[in-house]
Amino acid sequence: MAADEDAPKPVGAAPGRRRRRAPERGGLSTYAERHAQALVYALGRLSKRPLTTALIMAVIGIALSLPAGLHVLIRNVSAASYSWESAVKASLFLKDSVSASEGQALAERIAQHPGVAAARYISRRQALQEFRKLSGFGSALDLLDNNPLPAVISVRPDPGLSAARAQALVHNLAALPGVARAKMDQAWLRRLRAILAIAHRTAWILAVLLALAVVIVVGSTIRLDIENQREAIEIMKMLGATDRFIRRPFLYAGAWYGLFGSVLGWIIVAASLWALSAPVARLASLYQGGFELAGLSWRGILGLVAAGVVLGWLGSWWAVGRHLREIQPS
Amino acid sequence: MARIIEFHSVSKRYRGGFDALSDVSFVMEQGEMVFLTGRSGAGKSTLLKLVACLERPSKGQIIINGKNLGALRTRNVARFRQQLGIIFQNFKLLYDRTVYDNVALPLIIRGLPASQIGRRVRAALDTVGLLDKERQYPVTLSGGEQQRVGIARAIVTKPPLLLADEPTGNLDPALSQEIMQLFERFNRVGVSLLIASHDLHLIRHMDHRMVTLDHGRVIDAGA
Repeated sequence: MAADEDAPKPVGAAPGRRRRRAPERGGLSTYAERHAQALVYALGRLSKRPLTTALIMAVIGIALSLPAGLHVLIRNVSAASYSWESAVKASLFLKDSVSASEGQALAERIAQHPGVAAARYISRRQALQEFRKLSGFGSALDLLDNNPLPAVISVRPDPGLSAARAQALVHNLAALPGVARAKMDQAWLRRLRAILAIAHRTAWILAVLLALAVVIVVGSTIRLDIENQREAIEIMKMLGATDRFIRRPFLYAGAWYGLFGSVLGWIIVAASLWALSAPVARLASLYQGGFELAGLSWRGILGLVAAGVVLGWLGSWWAVGRHLREIQPS
Repeated sequence: MARIIEFHSVSKRYRGGFDALSDVSFVMEQGEMVFLTGRSGAGKSTLLKLVACLERPSKGQIIINGKNLGALRTRNVARFRQQLGIIFQNFKLLYDRTVYDNVALPLIIRGLPASQIGRRVRAALDTVGLLDKERQYPVTLSGGEQQRVGIARAIVTKPPLLLADEPTGNLDPALSQEIMQLFERFNRVGVSLLIASHDLHLIRHMDHRMVTLDHGRVIDAGA
């Protein structure tokens, strides 16, 4: 009978023995083929349970979109704050020996200085009046015999100037004769920077916590998957499947979850930015700025997706390591 | 002739103190077809599990195809099992995969290139007479057909030793007869078979050695 040619052969003819020593039989192409098989097989299994897959995807997507979105927000505010930096004002406090007319002339001279957009002389009396009006300490000032406030030239650097150039400019102006001291009005900017630093740190904490959540979500999903496949795993072990062989599709399933979840996360961030772009443009127009919201950079998108894949892989690695060993055929 | 199975004073005590096998010694030559009989609970399944390294003995030495299982590390068990073909009473097929995929599984596990898999799967299915059912799912098949899928899966790797645990336990007499004839065909081309069966009526008519177990002991090692 022709079929008997392919029936089992006795020991001597068994081809298995010589080749059995290599841990992975076949060449590199077979090895790649096996991984490709597991990759596609894992994807096929996910597609058979679309609802579960969609839910996991949504959880991962939302979890990853939060830190990613916060990161984008911080980057935008930082960028905006740099563009505001050069728009700050500097105050040049004049020596008391400088008369009002000399101060006025100095202000006019400074206004011609390259890099200066405007310079305004504020006499000691004007300074006192402004202080009375704004501070509410007017009556306290009445107790003093003479005006303690110096005359000031308020300088606005060119808006196009970088922060360093503006700083250098103010430093030069401070050296002018008649100027006692120069001070850049940067306090609010420093506060903003401090707040941004806190926000940045918060984003990192959030990222770490949510990454952990992704690992746990993928891990418990894979654990359920392993539980549902318990019988098939037992059968495969009886047929001589190595742990590596059994592990592979689960690891790939985790990676697929991470990949799809992170792509969804990117879509959530992009959609949120799109929704915010109109009100942000309105706000920017109030500051006469041509500011535009920046989305995730290509590197950012790549990082997000890579993070998703790695976290999904880690999650399933964790589940597989814990639960696959428990399943032994009997 | 070389020996494919050697049991030297093997005992198996399960957790809880139940002695499934006590001081069992027996030898099977290469190319032999041996029936393992005895009442249920006599230790037939335990003996097969020890051969397949699904259980480890509490005492004694087991040598399969020249390999001392006592020296076999846990991480090498999978590769050891790849030398065997195992057939189960309840078939143990994967019901979410087609007949073809079920039979291809041992080859995929062994890492054969796809180009070889198709040819060997079809040859195995042809041997058991199921070539026309390769695209079907196991649930659509009769019990006898499902068992033949299980047999095709066991022989597709051309193992030197086939183990079968009550392979006809769920089949009617006519189908059982067919399965046994299939086994004899494999034996004729040199495959060693160890078949656990309590169906004395069926196996008595076949001219093969019978090893009889009772309460975990070999009471008759056959001619």
